[in-house]
Amino acid sequence: MHIVILGNGISGVTCARFLRKHSDHAITLVSDESDEFFSRTALMYIYMGHLREQDTRPYEPWFWQKNRIERLRARIERIDFQEKKLVAADGQTIRYDTLVLALGSQPNRFGWPGQQLDGVQGLYHLQDLHAMERHSAGLQRAVITGGGLIGVEMAEMFHSRGIPVTFLVREREFWGNVLPPEEAAMVSRHLREYHIDLRLETELKEILPDATGKKCGAVVTSHGETIACGFVGLTVGVSPNIGFLQNTVLETGRGILVNEHLQTSVADVYAIGDCAELRQAPPGRRAIEAIWYTGRMMGETAACNIVNAARGARPIAYEPGIWFNSAKFFDIEYQVYGDIRPQLPENQADIYWEHPAGKKSIRLRYERESGAVKGFNLMGLRYRHEVCEQWIRTNTPVETVLQQLGLANFDPEFSHQYESEVLAVYCRQTGKTLTLQQGRGLPGVLRFLSSLTQQQR
Amino acid sequence: MENLAISPPVLTTGKQKIALLLAGLGVVLLLLVWAAKNAFAPAPVLLASLGLMTAGVALYIREAYLHQPEGIKNNGVWFRSLSARGVWAWLAAIVITGFYTVLYFCPANWLVGLTDLFTPLSVLMRGSAADKWFVYGALYTFSVLVLGVKFMYKYRHNRYQLLRTVSVMFFQTGFSFLIPVFMQMMQQPEYYFTYFWPLKDYYGSPGAVQYYGQATSISVYFIAFSALMTLVGTPVLTYFFGKRWYCSWVCGCGGLAETAGDPFRHLSDKSLKAWQIERWMIHLVLVAVTLMTLLLWANSYYQGGVLGSFSQTYSTAYGYLIGMAFSGVVGVGFYPLMGSRVWCRFGCPQAAILGIFQKKKSKFRITSNGGQCISCGNCSTYCEMGIDVRAYAQKGQDVLRASCVGCGICAAVCPRGVLRLEGAAEDMERRAEKTRAVHVKWEEVKML
Repeated sequence: MHIVILGNGISGVTCARFLRKHSDHAITLVSDESDEFFSRTALMYIYMGHLREQDTRPYEPWFWQKNRIERLRARIERIDFQEKKLVAADGQTIRYDTLVLALGSQPNRFGWPGQQLDGVQGLYHLQDLHAMERHSAGLQRAVITGGGLIGVEMAEMFHSRGIPVTFLVREREFWGNVLPPEEAAMVSRHLREYHIDLRLETELKEILPDATGKKCGAVVTSHGETIACGFVGLTVGVSPNIGFLQNTVLETGRGILVNEHLQTSVADVYAIGDCAELRQAPPGRRAIEAIWYTGRMMGETAACNIVNAARGARPIAYEPGIWFNSAKFFDIEYQVYGDIRPQLPENQADIYWEHPAGKKSIRLRYERESGAVKGFNLMGLRYRHEVCEQWIRTNTPVETVLQQLGLANFDPEFSHQYESEVLAVYCRQTGKTLTLQQGRGLPGVLRFLSSLTQQQR
Repeated sequence: MENLAISPPVLTTGKQKIALLLAGLGVVLLLLVWAAKNAFAPAPVLLASLGLMTAGVALYIREAYLHQPEGIKNNGVWFRSLSARGVWAWLAAIVITGFYTVLYFCPANWLVGLTDLFTPLSVLMRGSAADKWFVYGALYTFSVLVLGVKFMYKYRHNRYQLLRTVSVMFFQTGFSFLIPVFMQMMQQPEYYFTYFWPLKDYYGSPGAVQYYGQATSISVYFIAFSALMTLVGTPVLTYFFGKRWYCSWVCGCGGLAETAGDPFRHLSDKSLKAWQIERWMIHLVLVAVTLMTLLLWANSYYQGGVLGSFSQTYSTAYGYLIGMAFSGVVGVGFYPLMGSRVWCRFGCPQAAILGIFQKKKSKFRITSNGGQCISCGNCSTYCEMGIDVRAYAQKGQDVLRASCVGCGICAAVCPRGVLRLEGAAEDMERRAEKTRAVHVKWEEVKML
């Protein structure tokens, strides 16, 4: 059987790896973007000089030969689902028995006047990075619109080259539609500490050309202000990269519609990663989640289902598990485990501690009624994934969590610990007296995790 | 591939350039005195040289770190000539390699300018004129101290890095420089409490046992301490802490690598090929030093009757090839080209033994934080030992590698909080399991 995977990002490559681990089928990875698989999340570090392009590639060239994964650089323009073949721009056709669509995203453009000008772009593909590099020469100011993760990355990139940045954010604070107000305010403060010209509650209205008429020269904001700039970063989210699949038999919505087994409306065709839209998203989750981790999980799930289908076994459902994510805003690391919305739901309560210097914070969210812990939000601190996940999965009462909070601590050795401060916040809020019962460190964690596995058995 | 370095970014501010110029002038002054073979006014010239270097580093710290919020400072590392194998890197490599070559292989009078320059300091500290080893020890310690302070400002947000650096600075200054000098003043033999067999191969030889056994009334305890550290201290400490207790907290070679060598850590080769070469080379050196020590003892036992002068010739050859050319000339001279741990990674027999203990019987590992890895490659790139940390982290696997010196920089540069240096005896047999962060449980699936 010949399995063709269209797209060599984290979803496609994970799928290829697990297909090879568990089967002997012929595998071809097709990409128009790059010869080599690279970490998309690391593009910023190439621009900043932390890494070279080759450093962002997780596998050396021998890896693909050893695992018999064929790689093909081609731009696929048409898919003939009837004949089971792909047609490339150069005319060559590739036949498949099973097709995996891992097409990724493209940056959103909301029809702003002037958005087609040179120097106006997002940051998603390798080519976007190269374009950013070209536009950086002699750049006097960059304007970035969209207060999300790519926006702050772009701001950090330009800052590393000493290029002034104006950052337009629609919300009241940076990433205010995801982060609770205190954390959002912390990031906003930090951006200003780095002299980022942060304009909150400000939107992009129009992009004006420079004297040549081809390149961007300024932007006009929703407050009517004109800001001169040689670059406009569009970081207002991404959409599935499925343009060439419109008007085919494949059912699409915003993305390629898939069932819980990641199968599309066409037999033997799967869709994974950013481009897949779940017909029925799991409770509390979105139908399209364009993040690294879900792409990886989908790749593995699809691989499992393809192998199973070939053996006549039942498919498994895609289960993303308990939500987690992470990011870094300049120097402030961010981790989230579980369900933390920007607004506190009625039936839940928060324990929020913030370091006096304002660059570290811990938020625990729990249900008022049952006391079950629901989520953790960390700024400038590191918590253990497996421990937080276990607590959330088993509805552990927040008081138990607080007393054992050391188990979650994943900061480097000798770093200051703040478990007692978090506990103190809870005690102040409730008038209760609790004491810490568990310190930091791996031995306790291993005992905790293994005791839970035993209980489950 | 398109060339990314189209617009050379503004990397070094004017004040940073002044800082580098000041430090460079200090180095040039030393080179001038060396070339002139004449330290016309040793005390003021030495003070001026060390003062210029210190002032340069201090200004650099102020500009590069203190004027910026705390955090990882790797902007432009791959763009700068000195840290990206450019012209300045080659120049630095040639100067350092040249200095070490002269130090080890040329007649003492080649260094007469420098020894004269350091004589006032030597007289002050131990009452005798400086020889080339005093010059070397003083410059080495100076580098570890001044660049150690620089390292501490660079990583001032990370207490593990601060403590570790204070430790290497302390052991270098105290145990590798001041105590040996002090002991000479006390009419005791030269002895280093922080070097053991097989790195200090001499301490395992019959010659050393004989010498320290009777040199002074207390010197027998020195060699006994050496033996104890080799046989008991090394395995026990490595069981609890991993090889880092030595390589990145105590050792002088490690001390220089972690301070002066820090700007070059990313230059180590991360390929599988390099790892294969590393394993062959480092274990061959261990075999060579073990064989040498055995030969020396056999020769001593048979009173030279069987081996003749072979063991001595072997030992001399090892000293030149490994002790001087490899650990000295290549070990430090190649910092700007192959990273700061060339010797530690490919040659050091002490690291080989510590590595075997670390791999086979130690609680130490670097844990990966569940599924948080984004495969960005910062950990692998900034690993001075050339470990492809990412290969483990992206699988959620604990990193358990013989070569890891536990510097903790992988964990520091990780943008997603994925890595932590720690230890536990609990799950030792399962700790490097490959299937840790697998999302789908394939075994269960198969049973359907």
